[in-house]
Amino acid sequence: MSDSRRRLRRPSHRPSDRVSRTAAAAGAAVGGSLAVPVDADHLPRATRRDVVRERYFKFSLIACVAVSLIVLAILLIDIVRQGAGALSMDFLNNFPSAFPERAGVQSAVMGTLWLMAICAFFVVPTGVAAAIYLEEYADRKRWFNRAIEVNVQNLAAVPSIVYGILGLAFLVRGPFGFGRSVLAGGLTLGLLVLPVVVIASREALRAVPSSIREGAMALGATKWQAIWHQVLPSAIPGISTGAILALSRAIGETAPLIMVGAATYVAFNPDGLNSAFTALPLQIYSWLSSPQEEFKLLAAGAIIVLMAMLLAINSIAIVIRNRYERKW
Amino acid sequence: MKTSLKSPLAPVVAVVALLATALAGCGGGSTGGSNLSGTVKVDGSSTVYPFAQAAAEEFQGKNGGVKVTVGESGTGGGFEKFCAGETDISNASRPIEPEEKAACKKKGIEYRELQVANDGIAIVSNPALKIECLSTDELKRIWNKGSKVQSAADVKSGLPSTTLSLYGPGTDSGTFDYFTGQINGEEGASRTDYQPSEDDNVLVQGVSGDKGGLGYFGFSYFEQNSDKLNLVAVDGGNGCVKPDAKSIQDGSYKPLARPIFMYVSESELAREEVKQFLAFALDSHAEISDVAKIVPMSESQAAKAKETLNAGA
Repeated sequence: MSDSRRRLRRPSHRPSDRVSRTAAAAGAAVGGSLAVPVDADHLPRATRRDVVRERYFKFSLIACVAVSLIVLAILLIDIVRQGAGALSMDFLNNFPSAFPERAGVQSAVMGTLWLMAICAFFVVPTGVAAAIYLEEYADRKRWFNRAIEVNVQNLAAVPSIVYGILGLAFLVRGPFGFGRSVLAGGLTLGLLVLPVVVIASREALRAVPSSIREGAMALGATKWQAIWHQVLPSAIPGISTGAILALSRAIGETAPLIMVGAATYVAFNPDGLNSAFTALPLQIYSWLSSPQEEFKLLAAGAIIVLMAMLLAINSIAIVIRNRYERKW
Repeated sequence: MKTSLKSPLAPVVAVVALLATALAGCGGGSTGGSNLSGTVKVDGSSTVYPFAQAAAEEFQGKNGGVKVTVGESGTGGGFEKFCAGETDISNASRPIEPEEKAACKKKGIEYRELQVANDGIAIVSNPALKIECLSTDELKRIWNKGSKVQSAADVKSGLPSTTLSLYGPGTDSGTFDYFTGQINGEEGASRTDYQPSEDDNVLVQGVSGDKGGLGYFGFSYFEQNSDKLNLVAVDGGNGCVKPDAKSIQDGSYKPLARPIFMYVSESELAREEVKQFLAFALDSHAEISDVAKIVPMSESQAAKAKETLNAGA
């Protein structure tokens, strides 16, 4: 450990330290009065007490990390212990049923995949385009651009049920009139996570050095060419990470889907955008509220399936990030 | 630039293609014995849900071309969709209310009410809290709006003086509406210092884990947890009656036994698949109720429901 690092950590000192540079360097100081200004060179070295404190601090930080990890571990172990028995090929291939031994998640898994596909189709182009406008084109001196920025951030904090009501009023009924279809469900989830994608994409675009843009334009590229051929490819790791984290938020949503009218018992897979649908979180919710113990075990099994899908989505994010990541 | 990336959207396209492949890989082909086709949309009460689900499952087994979906957005939520013309059949754990009737009328939706089964509301206590029987009047004194009752001994001498912890369904529940209407005399009138939950399993956990636990919820939740709970008989004027399949079916478990319904839209009933589905549900109501673990209709109730369905046909 270097002297300068120690000094930075320990601003307290003894007045006498100011007198002798060598005393400070020797590190003989033993905690003392504050409030006397000194120049940084004259700070004393850490004492034994400071080292002990340092250890306590580090320990308490580790303890905080441990709390979250232990809770997660308990949750996972508990769910796996309860639900592992329910998992089988039959469970994945069967449709929901009134008989616990025959019930499965096929329509729920397929419904969730449809929702994610529709959600991604809608949210990625829209979110990235919005981010490009806000980051590259919008004039921040204009009040409405600032208003849009603030509102996008606020939208990210709106409770999901509110998006459900929005979806019900505008997508299921109202101007669009998609009905209680998988299309309305996917788009509602898309609206829900749109702010997340916009914010993540803006971060990613901002992280691209301006020298890249300037270099492209110096060579005669238009602004759009610079963005499309240089900035956007460089921002892909950040954008795709944001998009996929957004999808993994959408995959676990229940409330907005109930609002837009996803049914719980659907014994067929969606066969088009207008099809009725169910989704894994709904199936879990329904089974958990059943009086029969057997269904609660199935719910644990369905949670494992949902977690596996979530992990798969997240690992796609990691692969993409590693594939396209670069440093300047 | 070191990557040889052609388009910035390539990874996005890749992910979408992956999902699309996954979707295309699974086509659920179903076959059945009849040539009926179409969809039947059912939504509403979670009390009726097990019945509707079991009926839908058996019906689709016989008629592969028909798609039946069942939701559980609650009696009120179900009527809202039903009267907006969005569903064909609405499940209800209570009769339709005047405001809901008005909403249906406004949209020009006429309907028929069909009883499909019976349900009872069980009064349960923690096994440590020994209560044999409560009269409707005593229940009212415990649960009424503004009640200050702290222990069962406050309403009847000889009952335990343990401080009560009350559990019951939340205000969105049809069970709450029915209980408050029957016991407290006014729908929605209830003391508010109890532990509410829309999830009956939470209520079961609460009552069984709390020495002073007393609560009410659907009878099927008691049946599944009878080892953890003490069932309280109810005296509705003719002596103490415990709820069971028989006393709920014949109505002698007064006043907390009730019929549960499916409402069907007249215009949708004209569709053969809707009509066949309901006819099947009523014809096989006994086995469906058995699978769904709810109390079936009596012979006369079933006969009356079938008559209503076939009227004017």
